[in-house]
Amino acid sequence: MTRSRRFKLQLFRITIFIVLGAFFLVPIGAMLEFSTRGNAINAPRNLDAWKNIVQTPDLVSAITASLELAVITCLAMLVLLLPTMVWVRLRFPQLNRAIEFICLIPLTVPAIALVVGMVPIYRWININLSDSILTLAFAYLILVLPYSYRALDAGLSAIDLKTLSEAARSLGARWGTVMLRVVVPNMSSAILNASLISVALVLGEFTFANLLAYENLQVAINYVSLVDAGTSIAVAVAALLFAFALLMILSFVGRPPVPVAKAEDADFELGKTVSLSGGLVGRAR
Amino acid sequence: MTTGAAGPGRGVEVRLDDLQRRYGNATALAGLTLTLAPGELVALLGPSGCGKTTALRLLAGLEEPDSGRVVVDGVDVTNVPANRRDIGMVFQAYSLFPHMSAMRNVEFGMQLHDVGPAERRKRAGDMLELVGLSAHAHKYAHQMSGGQQQRVALARALAIEPKVLLLDEPLSALDAKVRSRLRDEIRRVQLEVGTTTLFVTHDQEEALAIADRVGVMNAGRLEQLGPPTTIYSRPATPFVAEFVGLTNRLAGVVKDGEVDVRGARLPLVKPDTPNGPAIALVRPEAVSLVVDGDMVPGPLIGTVIATAFLGATSRITVDMGDGTVLAQMPTSEAGALSAGTRVRLALRKDPVLIARDESKPTEA
Amino acid sequence: MTAPLPDTTYVSGRGSGSTAIAAAGRPIAGSRRLSLTWVGLVPFFIYTGLFLFLPTLIIVVGSLTTKDGAFTTANFSGIAQSYLVKAFGASITISAASAAIGAIGGALLAYAVATGNPRGILRRTVTSASGVFAQFGGVTLAFAFIATVGYTGVVYLFLKDHGLDFYPKGVWLYDLPGLILIYTYFQIPLMLIVFLPALDGIRPQWREATESLGGGTWHYWRYVAGPLLAPSFLGCTLLLFANSFSAYATAAALITQGGVIVPLQIANLLTSETGRAAPGLAKSLALAMIVVVLVVTTLYTLLQRRTSQWVR
Repeated sequence: MTRSRRFKLQLFRITIFIVLGAFFLVPIGAMLEFSTRGNAINAPRNLDAWKNIVQTPDLVSAITASLELAVITCLAMLVLLLPTMVWVRLRFPQLNRAIEFICLIPLTVPAIALVVGMVPIYRWININLSDSILTLAFAYLILVLPYSYRALDAGLSAIDLKTLSEAARSLGARWGTVMLRVVVPNMSSAILNASLISVALVLGEFTFANLLAYENLQVAINYVSLVDAGTSIAVAVAALLFAFALLMILSFVGRPPVPVAKAEDADFELGKTVSLSGGLVGRAR
Repeated sequence: MTTGAAGPGRGVEVRLDDLQRRYGNATALAGLTLTLAPGELVALLGPSGCGKTTALRLLAGLEEPDSGRVVVDGVDVTNVPANRRDIGMVFQAYSLFPHMSAMRNVEFGMQLHDVGPAERRKRAGDMLELVGLSAHAHKYAHQMSGGQQQRVALARALAIEPKVLLLDEPLSALDAKVRSRLRDEIRRVQLEVGTTTLFVTHDQEEALAIADRVGVMNAGRLEQLGPPTTIYSRPATPFVAEFVGLTNRLAGVVKDGEVDVRGARLPLVKPDTPNGPAIALVRPEAVSLVVDGDMVPGPLIGTVIATAFLGATSRITVDMGDGTVLAQMPTSEAGALSAGTRVRLALRKDPVLIARDESKPTEA
Repeated sequence: MTAPLPDTTYVSGRGSGSTAIAAAGRPIAGSRRLSLTWVGLVPFFIYTGLFLFLPTLIIVVGSLTTKDGAFTTANFSGIAQSYLVKAFGASITISAASAAIGAIGGALLAYAVATGNPRGILRRTVTSASGVFAQFGGVTLAFAFIATVGYTGVVYLFLKDHGLDFYPKGVWLYDLPGLILIYTYFQIPLMLIVFLPALDGIRPQWREATESLGGGTWHYWRYVAGPLLAPSFLGCTLLLFANSFSAYATAAALITQGGVIVPLQIANLLTSETGRAAPGLAKSLALAMIVVVLVVTTLYTLLQRRTSQWVR
């Protein structure tokens, strides 16, 4: 590349990074600014909005519920998905594509559409089982299915599952032992990936909760904003930063270890994982 | 262009004049001067990072020199951008436009040169015929083998009737068999169209086989430029001697313009070498092995440890007690030798070079 | 059923260790496990059946039946009501506009990233951050923009103080232009993620080959890079379209009254607060959305497949 072109390219790159960097960072900064404003005009900055979080019972219970939902969904996802995927790979490889297809379906069904079909089901659940907000975990498991499937699939592809399990079985291990002592430790980073993305998605979920009339974190934030914008924005920032931290861990630490020479592919893989799931990130909103 | 009309003698002179190029702190080219005669094929040979690719890219206009000049056909093109230099280029691999058929790839350059559709289709057909791919004209890159892709790339580069043809390691991504066949093919085509050509490679066999002259490069400098036979048999520098072909590194003592290697006195390429211990570089062909009754242990007596049959010649590894020596001789003469045979070395009295760096281990 | 080995081990480990017992145990163990293997898949199929296929079935059946269960197509003709047609128009406008802006912005960003060091910290940061921002949406995102360019937002106040009032005729943040602006926030990063692999597949040799053949920058983009990237670019734009077409939460948080876009209309029809609850109509709208998204993502997949043939 000649020097003048290299210069023009660098100028272009710097401009893009500055402009888009501002576009993405300013709103987050603005939320922080907003949440520390004083009540009156020219009032000094304060942390009242942040202090209010714990003094708003609705918020506290919603935060608790969302965290519980995140944990339940995450565990249910692992308990349901991991053994099924292992089992299919070992015993029903011909069903592998079918399972993948099913798991990716939620990407092409908008959450707002899916919830329409869930309303009658939840009405039945409320009457016959429980009206606890924690029943939302049933719906959230569908929500996280494509993303966690991708993460676990990447992990399973990286290990020779058949040989590992046959070796363990030949040594006398029972299936439960194979899962817990052989499979799980060998794909810990994939499990971490799947868990982090599940937690992040559940914490950001609004559509299901709002339309099924449950008050989770996002619904409560929206509701509180009508009364106290500062406090709701403070919670929103806190939840956001928490989710960002989870997702940053996911993208920096959580990916499967790759040889240095493959670093480029690793980036690509990340892109692919998210892109295939990217299909409908809209779920979370 | 029909291939016949191009004919030999169409080439132009290319002159690289004291080209220098640095990347940050690394010197890629430290003053390269090289003249290609019209129609000549010069191969630049050297290890990776020696500056050969930089030289080619400076000639192509894909990079700019820090100083120095590029003169093509008497015109200084140093500041002319790549797309106005009229230089055809074949890259290492994957350079075909993947969304165009072989035919369209070859036509593309002519299209950029405003050649009419009918004319360029005819010429593209001729070019594909020249490289033997008429039957594959409709194929896309992903439907062709690596060798076929490189032929199309050659046809594409030549279709614009460039003043100069540049080949940047065009064979290095291919497997050995295809490589030597395509190498001969490239040479045939180049002779047929007569375009002045610069061929960059790290493969000495390739360079020696294809080029009119070979330039051996090292650390941004041209170490030696000459016909393949000269490069091989009369290396001008120790680097060339070691980089091209196999070389024995034999300990000896320089004295008065000669070097004493195990009692044999050999002439020096550079008789002004100062006296003292030195490593003499001796080609395996200059070493022959004699078996006779008189095998009194001495500095020239050793034991065969391996023989390798190479066809007309055989290569024999001899253990001298303090190291090994490679000898290469006609298979007919090597027939009696097998592992364990006691032999006497006979060194041909060719002028030898002295290695630059004595700490370097023997690499026979 | 193959692989009887583990069971053999199991039986002999527990029994007397006699090989005769182990061998005899084989067929029994095999047939017993035949049923067990299927049992292993039952939870997954029951769960997805109940919470994925059943809701879909409810939508399909519900959109084609009356409240009493009789077959009807009235729900689909119901979509033709003017306020729903308008909502579809608005949804398509917003989705198209935010997809177009997001695609262009994201492609420029991807190009800036792809032309940098492939192992560099900048690339790593941008791709990671994009993974995060592409997931960002809903209530929080709406708040972020309210706090930025809302009527009391910091950027709005700052610019107004410096003589630039971008709300001369009232606040447009809570209307279609606002939604487009806000959706861009997650569209650009999504574009980067899905489009970067295509850009990475573009080889520098292609540009250099174009130059050596006599072409300039314009020729390169017109004949080489443009046609090569077009299918992927188009496909990714479609994906972005589907992405914003499905989005609900951001709009719900931003627009508290009325149903400007289809997802908001569905929500209104579901909740009886507006007094317009019509589950059948909601289901036909949901089905229509699913069909749109399905068509668009299928096109995306086909276009991506075409690119992957060229750019590997």
